[in-house]
Amino acid sequence: MTQAPAATRPAGLSDYVGVVGAGEIAELRALATRLRGRSVQMVNSTAVGGGVAEILTRMVPLLQELEIGVRWDVMTGGEDFFAITKAFHNALHGESFKLPGESFQTFLDYNAQNRARMKFDADFTMIHDPQPVALIEARSGREGHWFWRCHIDLSQPNRKVWDFLEPFVDRYDAAIFSSPSFARRLPIPQYLFYPSIDPLSDKNRELEPEFIAQTLRRFGIDSRRPIVTQVSRFDRLKDPAGVVRAYRIVRRYVDCQLVLAGGGASDDPEGGAVLAEVRTAAEKDPDIHILDLPPWSALEVNALQRASTVIVQKSLREGFGLTVTEALWKKKPVVAAAVGGIPSQVIHKHTGMLAHSVEGTAYQIRLLLGNPAIAQRLGEQGHEHVRENFLITSDIRRHLTLFLHFLRGNER
Amino acid sequence: MKSVEETRATEPFEFATASYLVLIGNQSATNLFELQQGIADCSDASIFYHTFQSLGRHHFLTEGFSNDFAQWVLGSCNRPALAERVASLDIRDYVSLTELRSDLRRVVAEYCQAHPDAASQSAFETFFFCETAEERVPLGRVAWTLEEFREGLRELPHAALQFHFITSRLRLHLRTNDFSHWLSANLGLEELARQLDQIDIYTTTLDGARDSIVRLVERELAP
Repeated sequence: MTQAPAATRPAGLSDYVGVVGAGEIAELRALATRLRGRSVQMVNSTAVGGGVAEILTRMVPLLQELEIGVRWDVMTGGEDFFAITKAFHNALHGESFKLPGESFQTFLDYNAQNRARMKFDADFTMIHDPQPVALIEARSGREGHWFWRCHIDLSQPNRKVWDFLEPFVDRYDAAIFSSPSFARRLPIPQYLFYPSIDPLSDKNRELEPEFIAQTLRRFGIDSRRPIVTQVSRFDRLKDPAGVVRAYRIVRRYVDCQLVLAGGGASDDPEGGAVLAEVRTAAEKDPDIHILDLPPWSALEVNALQRASTVIVQKSLREGFGLTVTEALWKKKPVVAAAVGGIPSQVIHKHTGMLAHSVEGTAYQIRLLLGNPAIAQRLGEQGHEHVRENFLITSDIRRHLTLFLHFLRGNER
Repeated sequence: MKSVEETRATEPFEFATASYLVLIGNQSATNLFELQQGIADCSDASIFYHTFQSLGRHHFLTEGFSNDFAQWVLGSCNRPALAERVASLDIRDYVSLTELRSDLRRVVAEYCQAHPDAASQSAFETFFFCETAEERVPLGRVAWTLEEFREGLRELPHAALQFHFITSRLRLHLRTNDFSHWLSANLGLEELARQLDQIDIYTTTLDGARDSIVRLVERELAP
């Protein structure tokens, strides 16, 4: 039985001094001074699960500690609403939209219900993702500032769905994207906000070596041989089969193991199919460890990442790729596909290696396995890149700067 | 005669920081000709973001990274000779973004003219022009003496260090930084100011630069 590390209390701002330095935290307090007493409302569609909820869970108390009044509202809706928004999500990533025409009206009806239920009187209202986008209808006149924070890739959206959503987006004061390549041509300003990880969360905090060793034993992974890992849900867009092919090339040269760790197979029919395909591709190779982990496996994922020699993210399409951020934070050398937000994180030959094919991925893995000094330098520089740009403290700074900017705009 | 540590400045040094919002522009480049055009057409704030600000965002890279343009030319267009030339434009030589833009444009244009086939080849990834909006905030700390200045430096966050030490040239319109300007104008420490100006921000991190500044100040304070 693996002994999990003791749970930690929620981190306060002072806990981050050890991670980013006292000066950076003092700076956040200085930026927040002019915003003291102002109110912020965050709205998204789920309280738990998913990257947005994960970020808000940490960000809301930290903003409150800076004496900014933050309220977090969660959209409610029936199964029909979430089936529609899931179809929207896929369509905005470029897939076709097959739901009937009345889906659009159902979407608007649920937004109207939530509009009636929620109170909108904050100085700054941040609406996350497409599900609550029509809440902008609640805005009366030009009171307060409204921002639409889009966490998904809109570079090639399905025309029908985007044409429906865009008139709502256009009514916000600004839109916020995770990568310049995700943005659209809009009549409102568009800002770049990178997503962030919390260095003190279970997914990212330091772990005792014994827990890491226990985790490897539990999954039957040999700690004495190199470990190449991809952490991602079992989804074709993450190309796990491509990772297996790259690993087979690497194995001709290096005696190493492959770990494919992820979830999504139990609650997503397609995830189950992809998992089966990957198992077939692995051909019962004892050195390929396919781990279908439940959603509460943050510590195990952390341990697997920390135990890895090289981390791979061979996605065919990607949002921002926070698993890459997590790996870089752990000073791991990363080989990743140059898609979505990954090139913002992996600066080729500086903070990791970018690859464009199975063969290229295999070559870069071999290079890193054979050159520990290069791997170490990339890992250390990747860690600094995350510290500077992709931690929750940087995310808070971006939010404070946005609020300050619009507040001063009013005064100018 | 007063010792260095007793000397009080005529005006205090006011530590401040700048935080930046990154605005995604509508311009992009998919080859070197488009980069050349983009550099010509983009705002001053965009030139600032991809050069001065880029150095701050990537200060921890002390080998081979200079600005976003050079990185894209190398990483996405695979043109090392042009990348070297673009990277070699040292932002310390510029007190205005107009001059910097002009030199960037000239270097890229010369390459495009000499290598039109290469310049029209599609890059691996698109270059997106962005720009920044700056919010300056006082950190509530001032220094009247060299000792107070040293103590302030020790806790200065990266963004503030970048603001005072790198981007200050554009504000002052002088080939110097806020620290050197203050040390020279208010404490009469011209030699120390000159030494600070010699610190190479391309081959050291912001923490490394801070350590060097503190070391030089301590040497000045030593009896």
